[in-house]
Amino acid sequence: METRKKLEILADAAKYDASCASSGSRRARAEGGLGNTEGMGICHSYTPDGRCVSLLKILLTNYCIYDCAYCVNRIGSDTPRARFTPQEVATLTMEFYRRNYIEGLFLSSGVIQSADYTMEQLIETARSLREEHLFGGYIHLKAVPGASEVALALAGKYADRLSANIELPRAGDLVQLAPAKTHEEIEESMSRIQFRLLEAKDKTKRNGKRPFFAPAGQTTQMIVGATSATDVDILTKSTALYEDYKLRRVYYSAFSPIQHSAPGMANEKPPLVREHRLYQADWLMRFYGFHSSELVTEVNGNLSLEHDPKLAWALEHREFFPVDVNAASKEALLRVPGLGVRNVERILRMRRFHKVTLEDLRRLRVSTDKVRPFVVAAGQGPANPDAARHKIEEKLRQPKQMELFAAAATARTGEL
Amino acid sequence: MIEARFDGTWEGWRDTARGLLANEIRPQEVLWTQETGQQALSGILATVDTGTSVPLRVPRGFLEDAAVVACHRSPEPWAVLYRLLYRLTHGERHLLEVTSDKDVLEFRRMEKAVRRDIHKMHAFVRFRKTGENRYVAWHRPDHRIARINAPFFVRRFGSMHWAILTPDESAYWDTQTLRFGPGVPRSEAPAQDDLEELWRTYYASVFNPARVKVNAMVKEMAVRHWPTLPEADIIPKLLAEAGTRVEVMGAARRESAAPFVPETVELPVLREAAAVCEGCDLHRHATRTVFGEGPLDGGVVFVGEQPGDLEDLAGRPFVGPAGQLLDEVLREAGIDRESLYITNAVKHFKFEERGKRRIHQTPRGVEIAACRPWLEAEMKILQPRLIVCLGATAAQSVFGRAVRVNAERGQFLPNHMAEAAFVTIHPSALLRMPDPAMAAAERSRFVEELRRVRAWLG
Repeated sequence: METRKKLEILADAAKYDASCASSGSRRARAEGGLGNTEGMGICHSYTPDGRCVSLLKILLTNYCIYDCAYCVNRIGSDTPRARFTPQEVATLTMEFYRRNYIEGLFLSSGVIQSADYTMEQLIETARSLREEHLFGGYIHLKAVPGASEVALALAGKYADRLSANIELPRAGDLVQLAPAKTHEEIEESMSRIQFRLLEAKDKTKRNGKRPFFAPAGQTTQMIVGATSATDVDILTKSTALYEDYKLRRVYYSAFSPIQHSAPGMANEKPPLVREHRLYQADWLMRFYGFHSSELVTEVNGNLSLEHDPKLAWALEHREFFPVDVNAASKEALLRVPGLGVRNVERILRMRRFHKVTLEDLRRLRVSTDKVRPFVVAAGQGPANPDAARHKIEEKLRQPKQMELFAAAATARTGEL
Repeated sequence: MIEARFDGTWEGWRDTARGLLANEIRPQEVLWTQETGQQALSGILATVDTGTSVPLRVPRGFLEDAAVVACHRSPEPWAVLYRLLYRLTHGERHLLEVTSDKDVLEFRRMEKAVRRDIHKMHAFVRFRKTGENRYVAWHRPDHRIARINAPFFVRRFGSMHWAILTPDESAYWDTQTLRFGPGVPRSEAPAQDDLEELWRTYYASVFNPARVKVNAMVKEMAVRHWPTLPEADIIPKLLAEAGTRVEVMGAARRESAAPFVPETVELPVLREAAAVCEGCDLHRHATRTVFGEGPLDGGVVFVGEQPGDLEDLAGRPFVGPAGQLLDEVLREAGIDRESLYITNAVKHFKFEERGKRRIHQTPRGVEIAACRPWLEAEMKILQPRLIVCLGATAAQSVFGRAVRVNAERGQFLPNHMAEAAFVTIHPSALLRMPDPAMAAAERSRFVEELRRVRAWLG
């Protein structure tokens, strides 16, 4: 099969993995080598679906011995199959990189023969890139479920990032849809990677020189909307994964009823806005001090599709407001709808030198319409919680009129 | 009013500003004028002695950010930069912390615009190969960033010979030295690179036609950059075809018995529903559905591959030659067939017609997967302790993955549908073995494995 046809099949097969980041790793170019990473990811292109193209994201092969119902590459699917050799992938990566099309490689694979055999093929590709081609760009390798400790340790020697996909939020869903995989096995991989990451960190402390092991850490992916799992289930699992394995990111991928999709799966596409809300909630958990249990306000255990999770929380906790921008703690400011992390930091700095007014906020390009009901600023008159409360209630009465509720439209159409 | 003439570069401005500051010239007294060409080099201030300049005491990072702002294409930066510099050195040392200040806002607005342009240049430069290890790109940045941005490309592509051409200025790297030259028009850049076809193939393959969001794309990849992006050529085509591709995806038939499986705890109800299953194409040619049979409470289920010619006619599993062999072997192992529930992974006969004969064909993965809901439903009702998989097809259905019988046979393996599942061969494998000695050896191994099944069941 010619390279172009293989690329078509194996890129198409890889696009269901949502992760595309190329950030979090710094490496200078080797003498005589090609490529580096400088911490910040670069999106080299965007496809008409609005998604970024940063890495050459492909499968080594889409042949697979497993029959995971949600996956287009499962053994019981009629999809066309192809297989690259590690050398072919390494050459393609180099050629694309030289022309500045990509930041590096994200390589995953269907499982062939065994987990370790498959993992060895992925490692061989990365090894060849690093040792033969002196490639200094970004490499993200998939940790094949069930891969041995030795294989994972070696993978981290070449890769910037590793990821073992948890696939579904509830262990029971996996039993139903991917009988050959278990949460225990997948989390075992995460735990092995975590162990090596800690070990590398520890050696840094003792010797001052950090041994190379997946400096961009590990991530995972969860499929949303394939089963009846609620947002509470999903966020609870994410929280546990962040805590237990110190993951850099959990990616959420809205299940799309794929071609040749399997029995027992949801037929309906979940609204795209659900995936978006989960990312927002995830963000609030990691950077805004929210706990997963606070964020879900709907009785059905899901995030509000109409309001973003921060606003939904604010509307449920009116006693918390108004927050005084000149006196409140950072934690309290972070809970104000319409104030982001950067602007909170700016406010904290600014208020050391002068009283912050609404005009100041406007200049920071904060939507004053959005924050006004929730804050007290200088020159705004004495703090009047009742007035603020009144404004929030007004908002509740006429949600559709507020610009802030534009998200409601996206909830209906599924377009963001 | 003082006219400050300088050459329009960051360095020129910096030297001039130092001189002005040393002479305590207030910002509102200065009119900044860019000059180009020879005279600019000497054209500092006539009235100010720049030799007395003192070292600048400004907050860390200011000069670095100011050098970025100086790349802004508009004439605005110079006055703003000097106002900031003056205020920072005249009692407002913390000015940059006051992000809502008008000068600071202007400064940051321009800095952001230039930094974004720098970042987009990192992203959108497209090298074209012109010879062995030689690459040339032509890029049109919004601001004058060719010089400030060149070191990035040196760090990354230091082992290549490259040139990055822009309309303002061009950068050349020969693996040792970075040189700059005048800007050049796009017509001087190479017209194509053979690899671009492969890149476009990749780009087209990662696009999901079910999620068209042109605005999101254009926001990050402005149309003005498209002419130098090889992949942008096919955007109109991808968009034009998106609708059709989505329809094709939607129309792709999903083979599955799931819609035919009723929610029930009654096996007869399940059997009745299975009789009219059209979950895959096999029902079109087979005579009938052959469902499982046996006691509900035997604790053990045997799963075969699919009904054969005689089973298809009789409507019962394992009544043909393979069934008779199974009966014999079970007797030898001391297992009563009447105590077993026996079923198949695929419930319709798949065959090829050759003359009057119907020749067995192994079901494909799609057919195994399509039929699995029936097996799942049977197991949910039966709740067996043990599932015995006869052959690879049965094992694939029970374990949800490809199983190599010889690697995994003879073990009591964990399974989601029962306490354990056990893999052994299908009796028809014995019938197909040409070598009688080998067949005999296999047969006794088969019996021995079934004895272990009996022992396990207790």
